[in-house]
Amino acid sequence: MRTRGAERLLGRGGRRMADAALFEFLHTEMVAELWAQDPDPGPGGQKMSLSVLEGMGFRVGQALGERLPRETLAFREELDVLKFLCKDVWAAVFQKQMDSLRTNHQGTYVLQDNSFPLLIRMASGLQYLEEAPKFLAFTCGLLRGTLSTLGIKSLVTASVAALPACKFQVVIQRS
Amino acid sequence: MSRQANRGTESKKMSSELFTLTYGALVTQLCKDYENDEDVNKQLDKMGYNIGVRLIEDFLARSNVGRCHDFRETADVIAKVAFKMYLGITPSITNWSPAGDEFSLILENNPLVDFVELPDNHSSLIYSNLLCGVLRGALEMIRKLRYTANA
Repeated sequence: MRTRGAERLLGRGGRRMADAALFEFLHTEMVAELWAQDPDPGPGGQKMSLSVLEGMGFRVGQALGERLPRETLAFREELDVLKFLCKDVWAAVFQKQMDSLRTNHQGTYVLQDNSFPLLIRMASGLQYLEEAPKFLAFTCGLLRGTLSTLGIKSLVTASVAALPACKFQVVIQRS
Repeated sequence: MSRQANRGTESKKMSSELFTLTYGALVTQLCKDYENDEDVNKQLDKMGYNIGVRLIEDFLARSNVGRCHDFRETADVIAKVAFKMYLGITPSITNWSPAGDEFSLILENNPLVDFVELPDNHSSLIYSNLLCGVLRGALEMIRKLRYTANA
């Protein structure tokens, strides 16, 4: 199954829009598939693993990146791309902006969301800390995918100190 | 001023496409994991069911619809309120059985299949089968909920 290329969809406008809640429901169900898996899977046994979720997020991030208007692709600096991710992409996907962006100016960026929507439904604090990575894998891939379309190769990981706040770490890969 | 407006539209569109793209990635993954289309269809139905039993609460909270008195009313609510709310489309209702306990929903414009092309070797795949599961789960849940019209 392949998706058609970077067709511009401006003509379709607001004719039919999938509600944002649908993504959240679908994402939660995809993560639940992880729970349902055999806790002790043999090699190749896990159907929906963290890396599979990340891979799916990556493809979606790429596709989203392809649909961005041409003007956005003309970034002057790497930092501008990351700011774009934190503001525009995050707002489009999660209806809010990233709360903070820090960098060591040497290719590592830390993006912090104090109230990550995909973690909100889980109790806040430390109770479900162990489960949190499952809810972040897809989004890590999504960030990596969008960056990839914008010409940046990266590794994206996430960490949670206390729900629903989380940090995404983006490390630029220079070949 | 216009740049802000463009940003808003762009955001909304991306948000809408996110679901469609994610669904496509899911179906692609399931086709890899399961050997035949039938199993993928079953899995989509099962996942849809799990979504449906939760989605119904979201729907009831946001739509303010009263209790349906018969199945025809239910069909109307599904097509004109629910599908409109979640997918931005209004399928047509046709094909009522003589007993009035069965009907068809026809989706002329299915957002799920945007950008999607099926290769030839998946002729038995019911691509949108998640929707069937969602409907099944939501309707089953409605029966179990003691739902009374809003005060």
